[in-house]
Formats: sequence, C-alpha cells, structure tokens
Amino acid sequence: MASVLEIQNLQVSYRSREVRSRPVLSGVSFDLMPGEILGVLGESGSGKSTLAASVLRLLPANGQIDGGAAIFEGKDLLQANSEELRQVRGGRIALIFQEPSLALHPTIRVGEQVRRVLSAHQSSVKNDLNERTQEVFTQLFSQETDRIMRSYPHQLSGGQRQRALIAQAIACNPTIVIADEPTAALDPVTQMEILGVFRSLRVKLGLAMVFITHNPALLSGFADRVLILYAGQVVEWGPAEAVLRSPRHPYTKALFESLPNISRENKKSRKNMLPVIAGNSLPASLPRRGCSFEPRCTVRMDICREYEPPLVKLGETHIVSCFKYKE
Amino acid sequence: MEPILKVENLVKRYAKRSFVGTPQDFLALDGVSFTVSAGATLAIVGESGSGKSTLASCIACLETLTAGSLWFEGRNLAQFPESELRKIRPQIQLIFSDPANSLSPRWTVLEIVVEPLFLQRKLGRKERSTRAFSLLERVGLSADIAKRPASELSGGQRQRLAIARALTLDPKILILDEALSALDCSVQAQIANLLLELQSSLGMTLLFITHDLTMAAHLSDEIAVMSRGRIVEHGPTAKILRNPGHDATRQLLAAVPQLPSAPWPAAQQ
Repeated sequence: MASVLEIQNLQVSYRSREVRSRPVLSGVSFDLMPGEILGVLGESGSGKSTLAASVLRLLPANGQIDGGAAIFEGKDLLQANSEELRQVRGGRIALIFQEPSLALHPTIRVGEQVRRVLSAHQSSVKNDLNERTQEVFTQLFSQETDRIMRSYPHQLSGGQRQRALIAQAIACNPTIVIADEPTAALDPVTQMEILGVFRSLRVKLGLAMVFITHNPALLSGFADRVLILYAGQVVEWGPAEAVLRSPRHPYTKALFESLPNISRENKKSRKNMLPVIAGNSLPASLPRRGCSFEPRCTVRMDICREYEPPLVKLGETHIVSCFKYKE
Repeated sequence: MEPILKVENLVKRYAKRSFVGTPQDFLALDGVSFTVSAGATLAIVGESGSGKSTLASCIACLETLTAGSLWFEGRNLAQFPESELRKIRPQIQLIFSDPANSLSPRWTVLEIVVEPLFLQRKLGRKERSTRAFSLLERVGLSADIAKRPASELSGGQRQRLAIARALTLDPKILILDEALSALDCSVQAQIANLLLELQSSLGMTLLFITHDLTMAAHLSDEIAVMSRGRIVEHGPTAKILRNPGHDATRQLLAAVPQLPSAPWPAAQQ
C-alpha cells in the first residue's frame, strides 16, 4: 500500500540576527499511510511546529527550507508553485492549530466561516455550499447544530470552538489533517471528547492524521504509530503500543520516566522527586557534533560525542537513532 | 493545631450589567468551605468553569468576597480594609499559568526579582542585589541570565522566575493556578521537584489548582474537587483516587490520559 505523504530528509532553518542560520529540522524522514494517525511527540524546540508549517510551506519570513521533499499525490510540495499549493492547503491537506481563538475570525459566525472555506475550494453554487456546510456541522455537532452555526466564536465554549475549527478543516474532505497541539488549551474531559471526534472522523472519512503533541499519554489508545522528535531530528519511530510501552531511545525513556506515575506510587512515594532529564534542549546547549542528546544522556558512550547516530531497525517497523542499538 | 487557612461559606457573585433586558448575575463560588494545614499541599481540581481560578483570586485577596469568611492564621481577611490587606498579600502569593502577562518582557530577570524588594523598602541596594541573586540560584536559574530580558526565557525559566519573585516576599502560602500546565512534560517534572524542595525547606503551604489530576495526585496531601462553584468532594489524595465518591470526580478520573505501562489503580481491578 502506498503512503499518502512521504517526508524525505526535511531540513529547515531560521535566520536570525545573532547566528547566521539556526537549523530547526535536520533531516526528518517519515511516511504517513492512508487512514493512519501518526503521533508526533516533541517538546519545545524539537521542531514539531516547524514540521507542521513546512509541509504546506507556511513558515514565517525568516524560515527557509534548506533541503528535502514532501511527496503528496505524486508531487513534491516543497517544489510546487503557488497555484498548486493553494489547491492543496485546506482542500487536500488541512491544518489545525492549538488556539482556536486565533484561527477563527471573531466577527464572522462560524457557519459562515466554514461556508467561505468551501467556497474557496469547491463549487460556488449557493445551495450546494449551504447543504455541505450543514452536513459538516452535523458531523461535529449532533445537537443544536443550527444554533452553533449561527454563533460567533466568543459565544462558544473552548471545546465547541475547537470542533468548529475541525469543521473548517474537514469541510473540503481533505486526505490529511495536520493538528498541532489541538487539545492543549482544553480541560481533560473536553480533550477526550475531541480525541473521540478525531477517531470517529478517521473511521467515517478515512482521514489520515498527523497529531502533534508534547504529552505522550494522549497518544496511548489513539495513535497508530508514534514518532519522537528531539532537537530537529527523529530519534525514535514505531508502532504506538511498542514505543509507548517500551521506549528504546534514552530520551524517550527518560521523558516517560519523568511523568508522575500514579500506579507506581503508594502513600510513601507520593511527593517524591521525579527523575528529571538534566540540562535542557535550548539551542545554546546543543553539541556541535555527534548525537544531539549526548550531553543529557545517562548511557552515553565515547562514540556518541564524535558521530551522529545511525537509524537502527528494531524489528520490522520500529526504528531508533542511537548507537546503543547498533551491532 | 489551627489550620493556616480556613475558608468558610465563601460566595463570589459577579454582577452583570446590561443596558437591555435583565442583568444576569454569575455565581462563581456558591458557598465554598475547607481548611488547609500549614506546610501541606491541597490540590483543587475541577472542570473548566468550576470556579477554581476565582477561588484562587479570592484567597490571594485579589478579589473581594461577596459573602463568607477567609481565615488566615486565625484572622478573618474578609473583614480587613484595603490598608490591612496590603500588608497581608505578600504572604499569600499567586503564580499564574502564563507569567508572560505578569512579567514585563523588557525588564531583565534581575530587575523583575529586585522590584518587590525595592517596593518593600526594607533593604539597601547592595543587599537587594545579593538577595535577588540568591533567590535566582534557589530556583535553579543561573546567574548569567540575570541581565537578559524576560522575553528571552523559555517557559520553564519564566515559571522559575515567577516563583523567585514570589519568594522575595517570604510567603506562607503559594497558590499555583495551572502554573505547570503550559510547560513541556519534562519541564513540569523539574518545576514540580522545585516546589517540593521549597516546601520541605521553607515549610510553605501550597494550593495547587489544576486540571492535571496526575500531577495533582503526585504533589498533594489532599484533593478538593470542584464543580459549578462548589466543593463536591474533599479528602486525602490516595482515598479520593481509589474511591471517588462523586460523579464529577469520577468524570475527571475517567478523562485522565495515561501511558500503557501506567494504568490508574482502578483499572487494575
């Protein structure tokens, strides 16, 4: 089965006054299968948001794509012209961001906002548009659909705004939805609801999804595969169950261990220090060569300081970028 | 021993003025009562809109109470005039979720920590600087970022700075209103450790307001569950987690995302 999106060796940097250019993504490669939910796990500075923006060439002015390819429907998006991009953005690949209040126009009713997205990409026959808008909203709001469509964003709750944003994203029946921390601004109960919405859309529409988050627990029981980004590189990638249950890369392991774990805690260990990863991943702390995680790694070896770790295959579908696993 | 904080039937109503139709008041807190012992950590959890942040503001004396009492070290703050409250506020400090709003981005780290010391007018210039540097070290901020503007700090560093600033006033109670929620998971662990360490060395009382039940469970001795302006359940952390007595609590527990290797105790049954 062919993949629906293939990212090959993506390299992106940001120009700034102090340093000539700062690499933010240094050779990221992965693919996305039809109907798959890929969880991209990364903390601040890992390059996760840059990844989302790069695929659709929506980087800020000081961002530049230095190399690589993003193959979608046989074409490389990174080489596409503006007309081709316009058709893909929103129509074939949709983006959902963290803050719905930033992506929804404050003075346009949400039904109308979705209608305009449809009008930009599809037929402009009035009845068709209205019908399709109604259809989309019914999928996301089973009750009070009409009232929601007539509402302004400020009249909706956080969860409702996020659903409206999802409506906007799926209106044109895209093949892929890229969501960058879509539930971060929501409370846990609403968060679970929205994950359920994504799950059901995957089933109903055959949508493939890239779900970007910094919270590994969200991906459990939700993502099919999980990809871990650290300092602009893929450090681990494999089936969700395998990666989340038994992570292999030292960073992934250390990250999961730093999460408070209620089942391990009994009365005595509550309020104990959590094992933290020493140091940080700010650009100034990254080493100039060798493995980017080496300064913070508890199992580092001499070779890690000298050379970049290779991608090692563990089984059919699980890869790790670490010298520990190389024969 | 008397509790350091005792909230009794706290009511907070926001009046909604309207030019058209009848104004509808909003009852944010509908008779909240609880006590906290000195040096303990109480987690206050609940869905969005349950009144947690309003409660935090009321306890920090940033909002006036509509009704009820707020006993701090045996004195009822609800009856204090502003002039007296001004002296109490430094002892109950509030840390928000995103200090970007309360930390001026153009001020340097050092200036931000020195400011409260300057306003208190108790120490001379050199002493203020020494105390500021020692506080920065205490919260894990290295001296070389002292001269950097706050806008250049990462999320974790900003929260450490907010804590350092709060500590300049030697608070007895530190209220954290979703203070960890916007941080990366690995950074949350670092700040959580810092809070535990500060509590154990300074004997501070912590009120930890959050949606994140996992972190709340990790840090707290007791949990109070809020729903629609009321506390619906309150007890020792372990007990509440194992035997939730109220639907609101059960709903919150059911919504906790968990890694496969770490199921909640309930799921193991």
